[in-house]
Amino acid sequence: MIAEFGHLSLVMSLCVAVALGVIPLLGSYLRRVDMMALGPGLAIALLVFTGISFVCLTYAFVTDDFSVVIVANNSNSLLPTGFKVAAIWGGHEGSLLLWILILAVWTAAVALFSNELPAVFQARVLSVLGGVAIGFLLFSLLTSNPFARYLPAVPLEGQDLNPLLQDIGLIIHPPMLYLGYVGFSVAFAFALAALLGGQLDATWARWSRPWTNLAWAFLTVGIMLGSWWAYYELGWGGWWFWDPVENASFMPWLAGTALIHSLAVTEKRGVFKSWTVLLAIFTFSLSLLGTFLVRSGVLTSVHAFATDPTRGVFILIFLGIVVGGSLTLYALRAPAVASRVSFGWLSREVLLLINNVIFLAATLTVLFGTLFPLLMDALDLGKYSVGPPYFNAVFVPLMALLIPFMGIGPISRWKVDSGRRWLAELLIPGLSAVVVGVLFPFVYAGEFAIGVALASILAGWLILSLSRDLITKLRNGKTLRHGLRRLSPSYYGMVLAHVGFACSVLGVSYTSHYSTEKDVRMAPGETLSLPGITVKLDSAYKVDGPNYVADEALFRITLGSESFDMKPQKRRYVASGTVMTEAAINGKLTRDVYVALGEPLEDGAWAVRVYHKPFVRFIWFGALLMAGGAGLTLLDRRYRRARRTATVPVTVSSGPVAS
Amino acid sequence: MPMHPQRKQRLMLVAFIVVFTSVAIGLMLYALRGNINLFYPPAEIAAGKVPQGASIRAGGMVVPGSVQRGTDDLSVTFRVTDYQAELVVSYSGILPDLFAEGEGIVAAGVLDEQGVLQATEVLAKHDENYMPPEVADALAQSAEASSTDYGQGKTPE
Repeated sequence: MIAEFGHLSLVMSLCVAVALGVIPLLGSYLRRVDMMALGPGLAIALLVFTGISFVCLTYAFVTDDFSVVIVANNSNSLLPTGFKVAAIWGGHEGSLLLWILILAVWTAAVALFSNELPAVFQARVLSVLGGVAIGFLLFSLLTSNPFARYLPAVPLEGQDLNPLLQDIGLIIHPPMLYLGYVGFSVAFAFALAALLGGQLDATWARWSRPWTNLAWAFLTVGIMLGSWWAYYELGWGGWWFWDPVENASFMPWLAGTALIHSLAVTEKRGVFKSWTVLLAIFTFSLSLLGTFLVRSGVLTSVHAFATDPTRGVFILIFLGIVVGGSLTLYALRAPAVASRVSFGWLSREVLLLINNVIFLAATLTVLFGTLFPLLMDALDLGKYSVGPPYFNAVFVPLMALLIPFMGIGPISRWKVDSGRRWLAELLIPGLSAVVVGVLFPFVYAGEFAIGVALASILAGWLILSLSRDLITKLRNGKTLRHGLRRLSPSYYGMVLAHVGFACSVLGVSYTSHYSTEKDVRMAPGETLSLPGITVKLDSAYKVDGPNYVADEALFRITLGSESFDMKPQKRRYVASGTVMTEAAINGKLTRDVYVALGEPLEDGAWAVRVYHKPFVRFIWFGALLMAGGAGLTLLDRRYRRARRTATVPVTVSSGPVAS
Repeated sequence: MPMHPQRKQRLMLVAFIVVFTSVAIGLMLYALRGNINLFYPPAEIAAGKVPQGASIRAGGMVVPGSVQRGTDDLSVTFRVTDYQAELVVSYSGILPDLFAEGEGIVAAGVLDEQGVLQATEVLAKHDENYMPPEVADALAQSAEASSTDYGQGKTPE
């Protein structure tokens, strides 16, 4: 009964979405204030109905209603309650409902927090979001109904949630990722609304920026959680595999990074307007592509299209409408909104343009590497796989190319700047970075390593040039405190995010170079000695968990002057019979020790995987700093002030503002 | 003669895009050379269609009883089959959790003179009722698959 109620509520959501997609938009052209004013109310109604629907599904999962197909397929009565809730998004249908719910949350948020927008503009934004909701609700109701029942033969027990997904990281990873993906729909809606109205000015960019930054922050956290989860849950100790599923979330992130920088130029200087709009469309399209690639089964095999043709066809049509429709609109409207502002070769505009080109190139190379095997398979030209070497060979040089410009960015001026000034400002930070970077490998490991030195130089360059900029800006204040308070949250956010990027660069480089990885055969009582670390397998024994039985081993580790115990497990989940590796990790800020059990061998011995990974946490810590920085920019006063004019605010961070 | 500012700006844009996309495409093609590998079923390998020394992926069902562990290290050999031919795979390291006799796997590596696949990676990327798509396809093409019930993968419903 509850499930049918949820289904009904989902149908109601579709009705509301249709109304939201049509009425305010129509009102904006007919100049009917009453029709436009319906927008916020409908947006909130959409949230209420999808919310009810989601609650009903949650109820079915928590109460083990195995007559509902996806509950029977993804849950089990032995599962702890927290995992029962997470099991909702463990499968295709449930995660699609979560997508829709989050879209409704963003739509309602736009309705509630955008009172300062002109009514016409707000109506169009909400209608575009309503249109996106129509697409997803139709997809859910027509091809992936989460409330479908097993009748009359109701299973007595569920098939259990995939044990890989039974983990706290995976409870929060998909919602975070979706908050990011779907959040870009807001930037997309703003871009489309601006195109519809033909008013692509700085105001549009300013309204769009906080939403885009927030979406980007969520996506960053989502990707970081995914990487962290893969590290400790898959039992291989890797933190990034260039797996198509990872790439699916990484592409919108790369395009989104270009977008948030391009929006900055558009807001401050009124240039790159059409380009920014195009990026907003591109970013959201990649989010859609990512969701579908992951959830439709296209990635495991192109032939998944054949197993469920309706779903595949629906996906293609929907993507076609969104991408084709918005690009057509762009083609019709973009020339009308071209900018007439000029800037010099050496200016912040050009540096941000370089950022955009590099991030776009990175996005396209990842896109190519991800789609290449699909394309070849679809054309029947063979079953290829594109591995990490390709992605590393393309991606790492692009990022290395980016960083020299990234160091100049914050100190540069809009419109026109001089190379002499850059040299004067950055000579000391640059030289210091080179000295510190070259010395670091000697100090840390006693020998030179070119990769480590390069990464240290680049990261040092970023951090030191930011420090130089901060010092210059603080000198303008009467006292240190006054100086600190004069700087805007946007500026602090940028500093934090850039430092976070430097941090991740260091983490990636150091952990790649200094990790010790060893797979060995060990029997109880044996000791393994690696440089700087000794691992003794003390004993192996059985333990019982709530829904699994496990082999556990006790390891005694000696690392320098420290010594500690670690207990990795090999679990067999009762319901599905799946075997899972539960790695033991002893982590500190600057190093992780990672021990995982492979398979049992003869005579009580085990295949054992031992890793010592210096600085691996810097990667995720850096990602958190980036997300925190993006979040911090929302506190900026200029986003909260109700202003309808396109004035360019004078902030300290922007340097001398012209035009 | 000073260039029109707008034209100059457009020229800059074009210059940037051309330079960076050429660099990116160059890197991409360079990286792609030798970093993609093609999948072969055991039947094609037995027929000698695979050049020696080339980096390939191969896969099939692990033949029951064929898994042999070394006694004092992590070396392991096993045979995979598509029910037309068998391929011997040699690997050193930890096998994935889902590796088992009678299950589908994919191994990446290089074929040596004896026709043994010296694997650098063994993947069993599927859950209990699903097999790697390449393996499912290879089986579908062989005679055995037509009489048994090996699916095209896990159906979402």
